[in-house]
Amino acid sequence: MTRYFARKLGLYVLAFWAGVTIDWAIPRLMPGNPIAAYVDRFALNSQGPWTALYKLFDKAFGYNLPLWDQYWHYWDNLFHGNLGISLYAFPEKVTTMIAQAAPYTLALLVPAILLSYVLGNRIGAMAARRKVLDNTVLPLGYLFQAMPYAWLALAAAFYLAAVEHWFPVEGGYAAGLASGFTWAYISSLLYHWFLPFLTVFLVSFGGWSIGMRNLVIYELETDYARYLRALGARGRLVRRYAYRNAVLPQLSGLALQLGTVIGGNIVTEVVFNYPGLGHLIYTAATDQDYALLQGIFIFIIVGVLVANFVIDIVYIWVDPRTRLSMQGAAA
Amino acid sequence: MSGVDQAAPGGTTTARGASPTAVPLAGATAPAGARGGREAYDSGRRWEFLYFAVRNKKLLLGLGVEIIFVLAAIIGPYFAPYPAKEFVAAAALHPSSQHLLGTTYFGQDVFSLLLDSLRESYLVGFLGAAFAGLIGLAIGFVAGWRGGWLDEVLQTLTYIVVMIPSLVLLIVIGAYLKSHSAFFEGVFIGVTTWPWVARAVRAQTFTLRQRDFVDLARLSGKRGPAIVLKDIAPNMASYILLAFILLFGSSMLIAVNYDFLGLGPTNGISLGDMLNLAELWSGLQLHMWWWFIPPGAVMTLMVAALLVANVGLDEVFNPKLRET
Amino acid sequence: MSLSVENLRIAYRTLRGDVQAVDGVTFAVADREIMGLAGESGCGKSTLGNSLIFIEGRMKHVGGTVELDGKALPISDDRAMNHHRMRDVSIIPQYAMSALNPTKKVGTLAHDLLKSRGMKLAKVLPEFRRRVALVGLPENVLEMYPFELSGGMRQRATMVISTLLNPSLLIADEVTSALDVSNQRAVGELLTEFRDLGYVKSMIVITHDLSILAQIADTIMVMYAGKLTEKASASTMIDKPLHPYTQALLSSLPEVGVRYEDRELTGIPGRPPSLLSPPPGCRFRERCPFAYDKCVEDPPFMELLPGHQVACWKAADDVAGGAGREHNEASATPSGGAGDASPERGPSLGARAGKGAE
Repeated sequence: MTRYFARKLGLYVLAFWAGVTIDWAIPRLMPGNPIAAYVDRFALNSQGPWTALYKLFDKAFGYNLPLWDQYWHYWDNLFHGNLGISLYAFPEKVTTMIAQAAPYTLALLVPAILLSYVLGNRIGAMAARRKVLDNTVLPLGYLFQAMPYAWLALAAAFYLAAVEHWFPVEGGYAAGLASGFTWAYISSLLYHWFLPFLTVFLVSFGGWSIGMRNLVIYELETDYARYLRALGARGRLVRRYAYRNAVLPQLSGLALQLGTVIGGNIVTEVVFNYPGLGHLIYTAATDQDYALLQGIFIFIIVGVLVANFVIDIVYIWVDPRTRLSMQGAAA
Repeated sequence: MSGVDQAAPGGTTTARGASPTAVPLAGATAPAGARGGREAYDSGRRWEFLYFAVRNKKLLLGLGVEIIFVLAAIIGPYFAPYPAKEFVAAAALHPSSQHLLGTTYFGQDVFSLLLDSLRESYLVGFLGAAFAGLIGLAIGFVAGWRGGWLDEVLQTLTYIVVMIPSLVLLIVIGAYLKSHSAFFEGVFIGVTTWPWVARAVRAQTFTLRQRDFVDLARLSGKRGPAIVLKDIAPNMASYILLAFILLFGSSMLIAVNYDFLGLGPTNGISLGDMLNLAELWSGLQLHMWWWFIPPGAVMTLMVAALLVANVGLDEVFNPKLRET
Repeated sequence: MSLSVENLRIAYRTLRGDVQAVDGVTFAVADREIMGLAGESGCGKSTLGNSLIFIEGRMKHVGGTVELDGKALPISDDRAMNHHRMRDVSIIPQYAMSALNPTKKVGTLAHDLLKSRGMKLAKVLPEFRRRVALVGLPENVLEMYPFELSGGMRQRATMVISTLLNPSLLIADEVTSALDVSNQRAVGELLTEFRDLGYVKSMIVITHDLSILAQIADTIMVMYAGKLTEKASASTMIDKPLHPYTQALLSSLPEVGVRYEDRELTGIPGRPPSLLSPPPGCRFRERCPFAYDKCVEDPPFMELLPGHQVACWKAADDVAGGAGREHNEASATPSGGAGDASPERGPSLGARAGKGAE
């Protein structure tokens, strides 16, 4: 177990290092000069001030230093919790902006992931043994899997919000509402939250239920299941065992799916103008707010790694093989 | 505890967990080939597959629908009622006999646009699947065949690629890179989605490597790459085909996400671009459903047809599924 | 009489129609008898064994009855069978090494299984531990997960669990095939010990390996293409088989003290017929060097000598014709019509005849 853990931890560190390095390298690898592009935005029409401003920013962002020093500074800043200052919302700190947006994203993602995972597993396992349910769950699951996130969100926003007015079309809460622990504010939050949540939930749900259905069917045909039935065990015991074992690959699948779900979440936030990280990174990209962009990138990677860590701990808890032997089944 | 005892169950677990279906199409089907390899096909088996293939309704339905869309993509633009990108009528017209799917905010014919945008969606989907497939196969074969430290390194690489959310990465890159092509988008999708293929191929290569016929090939003096290509790969042929179909579908879906956020190819138009424009120009608020519902519905059908064909094909290859 | 099976027919459903894997077999197993059931793979021996406890998936009970300890065994009724499983009939499956759920401790599995059967593990726990020690497993095996055990250990754990309720009949399906020779012997001894200690009343040991049966079985029954071909006591079967198929099976076994560089090990040429629509008559006749006109009729499974049943016209003729106890030599010499029927198929039994002469 210690070895399994050490190995995992090593992978986290490596992934984090790779993420930060990519984040640092992108502005320096891309064609064009980000500082020049930034200075261009001030629309200065004479050369003199342009050069002065360029030098100023070049120094301020540390682009004039040797590459190695830049890299070092980047890490140094990172460990001091300094992700820089937003260019567009100057002089707002990137960390503050992330802290404001992150709760919205987490409020969408965490319930959507957990609920779709738990319900998907349950319904999928049920579908594995009930023909009627199977005939409805399976086609529906495939249909949801085939739908582009963006379109599902647009269609939901169009029908349920724009046409039927059951839900608001966009935003995180009603405009002009003061934040605080008031019923009006909290109910407005929930009211705006539901539709984006539903779309993220639905797309993931289809995948989990189909995956679980197939895994349970597979488990019910394994040798241990046949043996139990040959010895007269009740169907309930066989299904319980099959379910428990089928959950394991689903759990490692959950770790693999995080990136995709996050991607879908960004799209959903953009459709609903939901003030989370996805919307923030999208506007940062359109505004060419590089510091903000890079800060969110790091934050999301840390988020993915933390989620993976949690999943790993749960995995160790449910799969005795990782606990007791050297073979890391879900490496 | 003998090594052989563990390799088999461990192998299957990994193969199942890592089915390429974990790309947005999470775990659609555990492909038949993943459950332990089979001996190399002889021509008899091929005929047997064909026998079941032409009788499998799911395969025929999926394939049929897909072929209609592919044909529409190839020859559709020549039969389009209007030039796709030109402003041919008044803005925001409802669907009518003149304009089957109405017109956009700018007065383009939505139906003609739709026909025109199929090509790029298919192209990017194909490129993404091809690159993901090639990279995944190469890395999976090398890791599974060579094992040892090289396997460790490649697995770590795979892990890192999985950990970095590709859409976020593309947004960051897109902020710097002002213009790019459909080719770039396809390659990017391929470079970020190969891990699923690599994991499954690695696990299967690992199992097949210990089989007798591989030992025989090795004893007869064949070199590693030749064994992998001539003895191991054919045993995974059905799996590879199934994986490619799923990758194709998922690449198209990923491309819709990218295009919708304006990260797609700078020139040309795709189904995702149509969604993007409809969103940008308040198609939603203006209730111009004919602008954004049809492209997404078409994409859903294109991908669903692939999924259905994939399930059918899985039944053709896997007798266990076939007879129930 | 512990078990008696009457004209049992079991089929497999496939897309191309039903395959008659067990085609009308009738036999009995006495109390305290260990009966070996032998044959090539695909002859229906495992299907026969499985059908006595668990008719699963694509298997179908077509006809025939099974009686255990004088009471009918409802093999085609899955629910009714549950009461008898493990308690009256039990099985050590072919896949015994992977029969335990990998994510449950051996003890937990036994507990869950018994609880599901409405029993308590606590009641049989001391006996469970005693038997675990008897088969040579470590004491703490109940607290271990199957993946912590070797294949052989998992198989023994399965043996103990399967026989925990002292069944009347135990079906041991290919229990020795995946083991090395010394372990084969040990497992064989355990099986007889289980019988001697009264853990199981009678046993059917299914295998393609006649040498293990020579070691442990009281009687041996041979199947070919879904039908019984011969049944006799183990010693008679090994020394004086009457059916040409049994003779061929025995000749394909390696012998101690023979150097096989000097002599070729021979298999039986040809393949068993398809069971989808088997040809009428004796099913071995296509491969039989002694086949003659009469073999197009189905040979009945008849008791030719006391306690020795055979389904073969040729053997019946030989026995009736006074060849008597010398039948082995007699049948080994191709004679009359039998030889003419298929001269080109001679080699396998020719080799056997040669062996007899050595």
